[in-house]
Amino acid sequence: MSTIKNYKATRPVSSYLIKHSRVRLVGLLALPILWIVGVYILSLFLLLITAFWFVDPFTSLVRPGFTLESFNLLFTTPAYIATSIRTLFIAICVTIICILFAVPLGIYMAKVASSRVRNLLAVAITLPLWAGYLVKLIAMRLVFSEQGFFNWALAPIGIKGPGFSVPIVILTLTYLWFPYMALPVFTAIRQIPSNLFDASSDLGAKGFMTIYRIVLPLIVPAIIAGSVFTFSLSLGDYLAARFTGGKTQMIGSIIASNINLNPPIAAAFSMVPISFVVIYLVVARRTGSLERM
Amino acid sequence: MLQLSRFAKISLVGIVLFVLTFMYTPLLVVVLNSFNQAQISSWPIETYSLTWWEFAATYQPIQAALLNSVVVATCAMLIALLLGTMVAFALKGFDFFGRGTINLLVVLPIALPGVVTGVAFSNTYNAFLSPLGVDLGYFGMIVAHATFCIVMVFNNVYARLKRMNPSLQEASADLGAGLWQTFRLVTFPQFRTAFIAGALLAFALSFDEVVVTIFTAPPGVDTLPLWILKEMARPNQGSVVNVVATTVILLSLIPVYASQRLTRAQENGG
Repeated sequence: MSTIKNYKATRPVSSYLIKHSRVRLVGLLALPILWIVGVYILSLFLLLITAFWFVDPFTSLVRPGFTLESFNLLFTTPAYIATSIRTLFIAICVTIICILFAVPLGIYMAKVASSRVRNLLAVAITLPLWAGYLVKLIAMRLVFSEQGFFNWALAPIGIKGPGFSVPIVILTLTYLWFPYMALPVFTAIRQIPSNLFDASSDLGAKGFMTIYRIVLPLIVPAIIAGSVFTFSLSLGDYLAARFTGGKTQMIGSIIASNINLNPPIAAAFSMVPISFVVIYLVVARRTGSLERM
Repeated sequence: MLQLSRFAKISLVGIVLFVLTFMYTPLLVVVLNSFNQAQISSWPIETYSLTWWEFAATYQPIQAALLNSVVVATCAMLIALLLGTMVAFALKGFDFFGRGTINLLVVLPIALPGVVTGVAFSNTYNAFLSPLGVDLGYFGMIVAHATFCIVMVFNNVYARLKRMNPSLQEASADLGAGLWQTFRLVTFPQFRTAFIAGALLAFALSFDEVVVTIFTAPPGVDTLPLWILKEMARPNQGSVVNVVATTVILLSLIPVYASQRLTRAQENGG
């Protein structure tokens, strides 16, 4: 009895906290929540509010108020609608291309290659992730410019690149985000137990049938997890379009070019990628894919 | 085992080789172009030389930008380490209403496009804080970076905490250790490698970040990516950028090597 009393006397804070788990929880969460909600969510909220403000035509300063003019412009200006559709199209293309290459790559790495080759490939895919975003933009620019590597390498067989345009933007974004798809897909395929393949082939399925009926359904959560990155990162990107897209404009280009000239338009336009991504995240969370990110 | 025909196996190898070529040729072109003597990069390279490497080594703006990048990334990393670890402990140790929401809140800054995050911060700083006389300046950039770095630390630490055996902490408390002592002597050593890996990722993420930085950097301050971006917009000095880009590629080998070591340490029970 006396030792317990003694213990209480020497560690009053710890014994209080151990007994009061709510206090402990609040203590742990207060600072992070204050940061994320008080800084980030508040900023997003203020951005939303700005979308309803307007620019004074005489002083060209932003004035508080309430107008739906910016949202109206968003849905009625043909150039804005075209840009939104183009951006969505680019993001979907990037995601599909990433899936098309990540699945065979993952199958090869996880189920065909020797463990040595597998480890080497895992490093080879991770490495470019660290190589820097702008470095990869520079690289794609050097490869696909008029006097670039691509035109030089394929000149002997008479192929000429399309120059900086939408296809090159898609290719550049694929190049940037492919590892985000490849890694979760590879991990998911690795986790498929081998006896499923044995069972499948015992039941008479050939390789492609097994991949289609066994592998694909099991890696859907991983594909969704990967596509959260490939899709949302492509959706919000505008530097790839600026440096490898020629005159190509994306949603991000419009937001970036309006934030100083006409903040309400930029703010209203920001709601487009925000809603796409939030819908995507909610769907992904339903399927349990966020756990795999 | 997965049974595949000879044809299927050969096509798989073909796809793998294609992917590797696609991933590495552009990087190789950058590295080779850093030795291009010409002002404007083009292919094939006519004269190889170290001109631009020598120029870059003593070029003051690069050093200033590099210093800024290191300062911002270090500060953002430290803030993210503290906040990310706290969230990880809260989500691991407690089951409460709104748990999933908090998880989503932590992921949000990295899931939302950089341009949205950047514009949101810039809007808050310029349209709301400035009129109030508050100018965050340099610190504003650090705040923005730290916000999207939290998830890196959280993910790593949380994944490790989930696999840890809680009875060790209980044993420590039974033996009379306080919460802090238990954390320092029992809990922390168990997730140290995940903590370091998270720190590494947070640092790298901040170091590489461009878009958010464009909107939050105070006037006249360049981080390394901002400096590269400005050079890219100029048509005439392409080759210096290639030197810096090559250096970034080489530097990126350090975290890859470190994370390999960490994984190995983890497998050996560190």
